[in-house]
Amino acid sequence: MTTLADRPLEEQIAQWRAYLRRRQALHGSDVEELEGHLRDQLKALTEAGLAGDEAFLVAVKRMGSLDALSREFARAHSERLWKQLVMAPGAPDEPAGTGRAEMLVVLGLAVAAAMAIKVPALFGLRLGGGDEPFYARNASLFVFPLLAAYFMWKRGSDAAHGLRLALPFAAGAVFANVFPFGAASNTEMLTALHLPIALWLAVGLAYVRGRWLADGGRMNFVRFSGELAIYYALIALGGGVLTGMTMMMFKSIGMNAEWLAQGWLLPCGAMGAVLIGSWLVEAKQSVIENMAPVLTRLFTPLFTILLLVFLGTMAWTGNPIHVEREVLIGFDLLLVLVVGLVLYAASARDPQAPPDFFDGLQFVLVVSALVVDGVALGAIAARISEFGFTPNRVAALGENLILLVNLAWSARLYALFLRRRVPFAALEQWQIAYLPVYAVWAALVVVVFPPLFGYR
Amino acid sequence: MKKDLVAASATPLVLAILAEGDSYGYAIIKRVTELSGGHLQWTDGMLYPVLHRLERQGHVAAKWSASENGRRRKYYRITREGRAQLAAQRRQWQVVDGTLRGIWTRTCTA
Repeated sequence: MTTLADRPLEEQIAQWRAYLRRRQALHGSDVEELEGHLRDQLKALTEAGLAGDEAFLVAVKRMGSLDALSREFARAHSERLWKQLVMAPGAPDEPAGTGRAEMLVVLGLAVAAAMAIKVPALFGLRLGGGDEPFYARNASLFVFPLLAAYFMWKRGSDAAHGLRLALPFAAGAVFANVFPFGAASNTEMLTALHLPIALWLAVGLAYVRGRWLADGGRMNFVRFSGELAIYYALIALGGGVLTGMTMMMFKSIGMNAEWLAQGWLLPCGAMGAVLIGSWLVEAKQSVIENMAPVLTRLFTPLFTILLLVFLGTMAWTGNPIHVEREVLIGFDLLLVLVVGLVLYAASARDPQAPPDFFDGLQFVLVVSALVVDGVALGAIAARISEFGFTPNRVAALGENLILLVNLAWSARLYALFLRRRVPFAALEQWQIAYLPVYAVWAALVVVVFPPLFGYR
Repeated sequence: MKKDLVAASATPLVLAILAEGDSYGYAIIKRVTELSGGHLQWTDGMLYPVLHRLERQGHVAAKWSASENGRRRKYYRITREGRAQLAAQRRQWQVVDGTLRGIWTRTCTA
C-alpha cells in the first residue's frame, strides 16, 4: 500500500490542494495563498536539511487541522456558507470567460424572446386589441425555440440536430395557425393549452442533446422543469412588484402607465423570464439544493391527509359528488398534482435506499387519489350521455385516463417496492418512460381535435 | 501558552509587524517566531483567517504580486484605520501589562 508520503512531492502538494478545494469556506485564491505558504515552508525546511517527505509532513502539520482552518475561514467570511448563485466565481477548472459568454448568450436570447412577442404587433396583431386568441395559441412559439437554441448552444449540438429540432416547432406553428377557428372556439382554447405541453418535449430533446434514452437525461430534464417552474414563479412575483411600482409612480405624476405595463412589461417580461429562469436553474444545479423535492416532501403528507379525510367524509355523510361543468377538470388537476408529487419524490430519491416511511406515504397518496378519481369518474360517467361529447370534455376525459393509467401502474410498483419485490428504479423508469405519452396526447389534441369537432 | 491569549494577541501583533513594512503570510509567521524567540507558536494556517478579517475590516489592504519564486503572492499593507486600531490596541495592552507588572512586583517583593 502506498501512503501519501511515498508519492513525489508535487503530487502530494496537488492532493493537499484538492483537499482544501473541497472546503466550502475556502475560495480558490485562499487555496493559492495557503499553497504559497506551504511551498515557502517546504523550501525553508529542505534547506535546513530535511528530505522532501519529511519536510512535507512537517509543513502540513504546522499548517494545522483543515477542519479548524475552514471553520476559522467560515467565521471570517460568513457569507460563504450561504451559497451565492449569481455572483459566485466559477469552478476552478472552468476556463474563465465561459460564464460571461453564457450570460451574454442568455441575455441576447432573452431580449430576442421579449422582442419576438412584439413582432406580430408590426403586422397589426395587437395584444389587448382583440387578437388575444392569436397570442394565446402562439405563446409558446415565441420562446420555446429560443430556449431550445440556448440548450443547443450550451450542449454543443450540431446543425443536423438543430434542423431536426426545428421540425416540431415548425409543425406547431403550422397547426396553431392554419385552422379556421370560430369565434370563442373551444378547440382554439385547447390548442392554446396543449401546444406548450407538446412542444416542451421538443425543448426536452434539446436539453438532453437528442439522446432521450441515454443515462439519466430525462430525469434531469424533469428536475430542470420543476426548478424552472419555481424560479419562474419567483421571477413573476418580482415582476408583479415591478409592474405595480411602475403604475404607482407614474400615476403619482399624473400619467397612466397602463400601456407600458400591459403592452411591454408583462408580455416581454413573461417571455424573457423563461430564458433567465432556465439559465439560473442551469447555473445553480450543483450549487443549491433543488426546491421541487423539498416542496414534495412538505406537501405529500398534507395532500395524503386531505384525500383520506375527503374520502372519510364522503363515506360518513354519503354526500355524492355534484357533477358540474368544472368537476372533471378539477379532478384532472388533482391527478396532475399527485403525479407531480410522485415524479418529484422519485427525482430526488436515492434509488438504492430501502423503502422507508415516506415511500409508504406516497403509496397511500397514490391509492387514495385513485379511489377519489374513481368515485368522481363514476359520477361523471353516469351523466355523460346527458352532457354529450364536447371537445373540452373529451380532452379532459382523455387526460384523466392517461393520468389514471400512470397512477395505477405506479401504485402497483410502489406496492411491489414496499414488499421489496422490485427495486425503486422500476418506478423511476416507469415515470420517465411515460413522459412522451403526455406530449403525444397534447399533440393529438392540437392536431386532431379542431377538425374533429368542426373548429367549434 | 493558552490558546485564548495567542488568539487575542494575534491582531495587534500582525498589525505591528505590518506597521514595520508590507509583508506576506509566511514572512509574518517567521517574524513572530523571531520576535518571541520561538515562544509564541502559531498554527500557520490560522494566520490567514486573521489577515482576511483585518482586510475585511479595512485595517489592512491586500494585493497580489509576483514573488521571487515566480508564483503569485498576496502581500498585505497596513492602512490608516489599521494604524489607528494598532494604537488603540497598544494602549489597551499597556494597561493590562502595567497592571500585571504592578501586582507582580509587589507580590515578589512581599
